Amino acid sequence: MSYIHIRGLEFSYINEAEEPPVKNTVLKGIDLDIEKGEFVAVLGHNGSGKSTLAKCINAINTPEKGEVTVDGLDTIREENLLPIRKRVGMVFQNPDNQIVATIVEEDVAFALENLGVEPKEIRRRVDEALKTVGMYEYRMHAPHKLSGGQKQRVAIAGIIAMEPDCIVLDEPTAMLDPKGRSEVMKTIKMLNREKGVTIVLITHYMEEAAQADRVVVIDGGEKIMDSVPKKVFSQVDVMRNLGLDVPQVTEIADFLNKQGYDISGEIITEDECVQALYGLLKDTAAG
Amino acid sequence: MIKDITIGQFFPGNSPVHRLDARAKILLTIVFIVMLFTAGDMRGLGVCAVFTLLTFLISRIPLKMMFKGLRTILVIIIITSVLNLFFIHTGEPIFEWKFIKITDKGLQTAVFMVVRIACLIIGTSLLTYTTSPIDLTDAIERLLSPLKKIKVPVHELAMMMTIALRFIPTLIEETDKIMSAQKARGADMETGSFIKRAKALIPVLIPLFVSSFRHAEELALAMECRCYHGGEGRTRMKQLKMKLIDLWGTVYVFTFFAGVIVLNHFI
Amino acid sequence: MAIIKTENLTYIYGDGTPFRKVAVDDVNLEIDEGEMVGIIGHTGSGKSTLIQHFNGLLKPTSGSVLIDGERLWDDKSKLRPVRFKVGLVFQYPEYQLFEETCYKDIGFGPKNMGLDNAEVDRRIKETAKMVGITADMLDKSPFELSGGQKRRVAIAGVMAMEPKVLILDEPASGLDPKGRDQILGLIKEYHREKKNTVLLVSHSMEDIAKNVSKILVMNKAKLYCYDDTRTVFHRAAQLEEMGLAVPQITRVFNRLKAMGLDIGDDVYTTKYAKELLLKLLAEKKFNRGIETD
Repeated sequence: MSYIHIRGLEFSYINEAEEPPVKNTVLKGIDLDIEKGEFVAVLGHNGSGKSTLAKCINAINTPEKGEVTVDGLDTIREENLLPIRKRVGMVFQNPDNQIVATIVEEDVAFALENLGVEPKEIRRRVDEALKTVGMYEYRMHAPHKLSGGQKQRVAIAGIIAMEPDCIVLDEPTAMLDPKGRSEVMKTIKMLNREKGVTIVLITHYMEEAAQADRVVVIDGGEKIMDSVPKKVFSQVDVMRNLGLDVPQVTEIADFLNKQGYDISGEIITEDECVQALYGLLKDTAAG
Repeated sequence: MIKDITIGQFFPGNSPVHRLDARAKILLTIVFIVMLFTAGDMRGLGVCAVFTLLTFLISRIPLKMMFKGLRTILVIIIITSVLNLFFIHTGEPIFEWKFIKITDKGLQTAVFMVVRIACLIIGTSLLTYTTSPIDLTDAIERLLSPLKKIKVPVHELAMMMTIALRFIPTLIEETDKIMSAQKARGADMETGSFIKRAKALIPVLIPLFVSSFRHAEELALAMECRCYHGGEGRTRMKQLKMKLIDLWGTVYVFTFFAGVIVLNHFI
Repeated sequence: MAIIKTENLTYIYGDGTPFRKVAVDDVNLEIDEGEMVGIIGHTGSGKSTLIQHFNGLLKPTSGSVLIDGERLWDDKSKLRPVRFKVGLVFQYPEYQLFEETCYKDIGFGPKNMGLDNAEVDRRIKETAKMVGITADMLDKSPFELSGGQKRRVAIAGVMAMEPKVLILDEPASGLDPKGRDQILGLIKEYHREKKNTVLLVSHSMEDIAKNVSKILVMNKAKLYCYDDTRTVFHRAAQLEEMGLAVPQITRVFNRLKAMGLDIGDDVYTTKYAKELLLKLLAEKKFNRGIETD
């Protein structure tokens, strides 16, 4: 069985305020397998169910139908709650709303204190986590004085201090400026490549999803696509219809490809695009 | 601007007063208050005043902060001295004019009360000047932890304090933003009668409430994700440890206390 | 005549304290009426401080701001009318919604202007339609709407004041691509229809490139430049040095040029890129044809 194993997952929110209560089914039978060490991006527009899916992975939401297991632990069982949350950490969109303490290092220690870890061991792991995300020199700062990108890195440190196998990030860069965004993306990639942490990145920035090993597209509570970034983004029209974007270079390559020119439609990086266009154009403009 | 308000009057520093364990500081502050009320006459109070001044100097807090603390309770000081001055009629009169009568006893009591209040305020504000709000919360939680046995939610209260401290700057910033946004929509918060101005606050208060609830909801979720399940089985990264300096601090305070007692009873 | 003009505008935060910070440094600027301007700059470059001067929310430390020829702060009682001339939509404007219904919330600004009920009603209905808020949504509480809808209601609340200048700070942040295109689309539509001046602050160079005709670049509290979109993106290298990106497509074309291809260096939208590529490739076919002959 895969590390994160989702079968036939259904989930609904019930709006009690309405009379009679309105049931809003957000996830309609999702199957998904994520192996240890993978970097998976989940794409989908707002309201597609991607955040709900994320919360199902660490047992904040439990399935209405179907099953979700993490490392073989069923999320529906009460006694698995802490073991699962220790294995799967979660980072949210708004950096302000996930920092609990008034000092950076105290915040990073929060989860470990909750788990009853020995003080000396907490100290060691907090220092290590802060060094990993490059925030060690800010350990004594007040969180509200940090930039958005820095706050988000502190939040990530607070999670990796638990030494989880997997981190689920729910639009971690949506509220950040470009600098903060690239800081956070660098940290995420480093955690995956160097520390072997499994990453589930929920986003609607395609340039972020393009950096993943695998892209899962969710729409209307269903899994629409699940493949390597090249295969997903090359479906330019499908993506557009889902209310999603593709990188500009993909759009150009796809356009020329459809016009009958000899260029691959599966271009997602700038380098690939430059090479391909150079190949097409080199004799013209120069000669 | 509203952003410039500082919360908690903490002055970071490295003086011996700063370095005292927060728990020791709280307990010693209580001892100080007891000492202040034990002092029965001007001589005993004099010892307390010397203690207060000396400790203030040791803490290296800017001296103007001493008067700043007093300014806020100036009204109380004035009322106390006026009451004592004019309404104590025992003792030798030293000034009489029409119905006003001031006696030496009245004057003495007035001075005594003012000095005592001043010492009280300066001494206790020194606690908040030299201790960060977090250390203070932490210390209170630990000092009160025996109360957990009688079901007082000490941990929960301390957690609430910490979160409040954490979110005050965030909410102030937000208030600032919402106020600007409503002003840009032509809201007028600066002119008009009191009622009109109070009404003009609604467009600021409602969004602020809504956003506080959003903060609370999201924070609760984030805390849950980080395995928070109440105070049970919780450890702390920072262990508060009594050090040698706390012993010296205790000796220092009790020396003065002993002085006051000796003056009271034996001389 | 310039609708917005600044003369040696300087703003210093916390002047006289240890936290003193020059946020806007000696900015001289003239923005003509009817222009659609993009404002870019990294976080802390002073762009947010600058726009808050345009409707008198901040008072310059020195220098002055002229709106429609009138100098702000000469007469404090004239500030409110200026706020009605320059509408400012803050980042995440949905966080300022407070009324019981969307209708009332959109009407808050116009009401503050002292307009009569009929006029307020007309403006609410007109702007609601413009931003795609239906009649039944108008009667709902703004807190019942989706994120994107809330944002449109909030923007409508400022548009309904019919300001001569509309300034929007990151109007699309936090939205998904569809929501973003919707918001930017309606702003463009508003500009086309009303012919009013629009100032758009954004971090997304792709959005800026697609929507504006002129760009104002702030860097380290100073006005770096104010020029045509084409001219500004022409300085890709300098922009990147400031920590600003240029659109991906601009980077691709600049690199192709650096590799020795003789192609234009004024490509900043995919639309133009496609046209240009088709033209170049057609020429190539034509040239090949001649060669084989």
